[in-house]
Amino acid sequence: MTSPDGRTSGRGASRRRALSARAVFAGPGLLYATLFMTLPLLLILVYSFFTRGRFGGVVWEFTLDNYGRAFEPVYVKVFGTSIAIAAATTVLALLLGYPTAYAITRLSPRWRTVALILVVLPFWTNFLIRTYAWIILLNSEGPVNTALVDLGIIGAPLGLLYTPGAVIVGLLYAYLPLVVLPVYASLERVDRQLVEAASNLGASRTRAFFDVTLPLTLPGAMIGAIFVFVPSLGNFVVPELLGGGKTVMVGNLIRDQFLEARDWPFGSVIALFVVALLVVLFALQAYISRRINGRQVSRA
Amino acid sequence: MPRVGWLRVPLIVTYAFLYLPIAVLVVMSFNASKTPFTWTGFSTRWYGELFSNELIREGFVNTMIVAIGATVLATILGTLLAIGVARYFRSSIVEAYSLAPAIIPDLALAIGLLALFGLLGVTLSLVSVLLSHVVFGMAFVAAVVIARLGQTDASLEEASRDLGAGAVTTFARITLPSLAPAIVAGALLVFTLSLDEFVVAYFTDGPNTPTLPIVIYSMVRFGVTPEINALAALLLLVSFTIVLSAQRITRLTDAV
Amino acid sequence: MHRTISRAATVVAGAAAAALVLSACGGGSTEGADLDPDADLTQQSLTVSNWAGYYPEDLAAQFQAAVGTPMTITNHATNEEIMAKLTAGGDSGVDVAFVSGQFAQALNEAGLVEPINPEFVPNLKNLYPEAQELAYDPGNKFSVPYAWGTTGICYRSDVVDEPTSWNAILEPSDENKGKVTALATERWLMLPAQKALGLSANTTDEGEMEQVKEKLIAAKPGLLAYDDTTFYSRLVSGEANMVVAWDGWCNYGTAENPDIKFVVPEEGSDLWADTMVVLKTSENKEAAHAFINFILDPANHAWVAENILYKVPNAPAMEAVAGLAADYPNMGLTPADLLKQESLVDLGEAGPMYTEIATEVTSS
Repeated sequence: MTSPDGRTSGRGASRRRALSARAVFAGPGLLYATLFMTLPLLLILVYSFFTRGRFGGVVWEFTLDNYGRAFEPVYVKVFGTSIAIAAATTVLALLLGYPTAYAITRLSPRWRTVALILVVLPFWTNFLIRTYAWIILLNSEGPVNTALVDLGIIGAPLGLLYTPGAVIVGLLYAYLPLVVLPVYASLERVDRQLVEAASNLGASRTRAFFDVTLPLTLPGAMIGAIFVFVPSLGNFVVPELLGGGKTVMVGNLIRDQFLEARDWPFGSVIALFVVALLVVLFALQAYISRRINGRQVSRA
Repeated sequence: MPRVGWLRVPLIVTYAFLYLPIAVLVVMSFNASKTPFTWTGFSTRWYGELFSNELIREGFVNTMIVAIGATVLATILGTLLAIGVARYFRSSIVEAYSLAPAIIPDLALAIGLLALFGLLGVTLSLVSVLLSHVVFGMAFVAAVVIARLGQTDASLEEASRDLGAGAVTTFARITLPSLAPAIVAGALLVFTLSLDEFVVAYFTDGPNTPTLPIVIYSMVRFGVTPEINALAALLLLVSFTIVLSAQRITRLTDAV
Repeated sequence: MHRTISRAATVVAGAAAAALVLSACGGGSTEGADLDPDADLTQQSLTVSNWAGYYPEDLAAQFQAAVGTPMTITNHATNEEIMAKLTAGGDSGVDVAFVSGQFAQALNEAGLVEPINPEFVPNLKNLYPEAQELAYDPGNKFSVPYAWGTTGICYRSDVVDEPTSWNAILEPSDENKGKVTALATERWLMLPAQKALGLSANTTDEGEMEQVKEKLIAAKPGLLAYDDTTFYSRLVSGEANMVVAWDGWCNYGTAENPDIKFVVPEEGSDLWADTMVVLKTSENKEAAHAFINFILDPANHAWVAENILYKVPNAPAMEAVAGLAADYPNMGLTPADLLKQESLVDLGEAGPMYTEIATEVTSS
């Protein structure tokens, strides 16, 4: 046992050591994130309050006009269309991704790994090439139309490409794995005993699923939904390649403000809108998952 | 025995949806015809043209430089960050902040970085792309390593320190080896992400050093090019190898 | 007020830079640098950014063989893409950029391009006199035209009658609905409606542009797509019957199918020029001038024209390739023909209005 004095100084030393360990380990990374994420985002926040420079950049004259402009009908309409398209993509991704994830959990462990790898694998081929594949598939001379015509289902090729539908298919293809994975992870965590208990208490399999499994996996599904919804809004390649330039999404708007109009402040406003939306959705997700977990605890 | 039954339906639909387009690309990469819609015979012509395509080769080299550099930096920063966050901070706010770069919309990050580099007068080049890729790469490594740290026992490290080992010794002898599989997995993740990354590179790359995704973007915009099919097939092969070896490595090291 | 903010921003940014130990060399612009007539060109190296597919494949090798300067050519897909890189701040690493005239004008106003020193480009004399007085840069003070032409309708003469009006695209007949495309780049997206309405292609009048917008919105449902890169292949494949096209690019279609023809609608069109500019940040300005001079050499410029099937504004070069007009009639358009069309200039402060209208049209 050391003297009271020794103890104090010992505690001080260990505290200092903990602090320096924090600095050594987390310091470089936190600094890096601050310089290359926070600073850039702050910069576009600052830019959003200033006036457009004619050749890009900003002129240092304060203004709120950029925010006012975002509410002009043309931009409200783009937001509306984008949200509708991103929402449709998200719903489809959940309708397809959730049952897929559920089915994967029911496979034998060996096949489960294979199935998961197969979900992720297309994700690792170039995103642009995957989009390009749909140009070939949906083309009026492409395999989908040819097959439909040959089977006599349709008389003449359909104009599938360059429609909002084609954009949704492209986005779904790009982001589907992002639903399957978090849903799978949360399904894995669901306590089988809870589901069995529900069944034993007389609930049908379906009831047990809807009363127990689905609510418990809702947070995971929501994460998946956000992972699909937000990047869909910000994607400018798919609307360009599969939408034939006829569908304008928020991502195209931002890109065009920076490249075509060279209006950085207004482009910044729209980009901040997407970031804010992301934050709000995550906050919502956190709130709902806390409530669900709370209910689970109170039930137990 | 779990009954799969009707659950086969979503599995089949999903895998068909995911692999049909890829199958079409791979098959068409061996099509002799220039138009991608009609099969005129087997040929490896497009692979030949792919390899003699100067732009693609250049893009590939640029992409490898960025991906390797970003992987090294992001892995070091991300691993340290994960240990700092999981072992020394234990604060959910710091953790969220560390992982934020992985989920921030890429387009917002890209224009922010463009604005930052512009303000600093930094020449846009592969260096600016590399620095930008490290941001989200670091967060992905940190996420994987933090998850692993959650599964490993901190008491070993504490015991080591109690026995008088310094922080460095503890880190090198105890922490690092137990994290090896996660670090490798994280590094492979960053490597593949960087290899494929388009949006951030599109805004932060200099005009004379296009990365492969930028080259592909301009090719795709200029229409249907059969070389792209060949490239798709090759990239698929590469990712398949990487994913499989990642599985191997994680399983082997796990077994140890 | 704004000075403090900009200073604060500079300080923060400076700290960031220092912390990073970036070896970032800022754009060391040398104001109106004097060119050294004795500079050893073999010691310089040249980076040129041009549109993909808009130059002979072995251009770099030929230039290096002739002048001795190692050269790299990089590609951009659009004016906007290269403009974004050139105006981003810092040294873009590009010595010579190829941009359309109105963009060269904007770059000059932004102080980013070097004046052309005619003593280092003796071949300027080969340019048509008309090509030396184009509205965006009379006297070729900061830009030198590389190719020029006009915009019209490229169509399948075996499927449709020769269109005479822009309205063939804007108000397509029933059998052509969904079989026509328009250009996506702002200025050329507006052009058909501007001309069909009898307006200037450079108008900045809000009332006039309102009419243009209405007309384009009404036209959108009839379009297959907005397309500036693959329109001619759509004609070849039969996806489209008529497309808005730049003259030279229509020739690529004609090369694959002689039934593909080009016409300038009766309402008139634009006169565009794609130019070469030397960047202020270039450290190889002598080589840059040598490159421009190399292009303007009649034999070389003729070789370019043969390769890209666009008209070049070089009198002796066009004489040398006069034969091309037999297969590609628009190669025979004379400077006088082109001058009947309206020369595009930078819109200045009206730029954002065009972008906004483009957004309204394409999102309608």
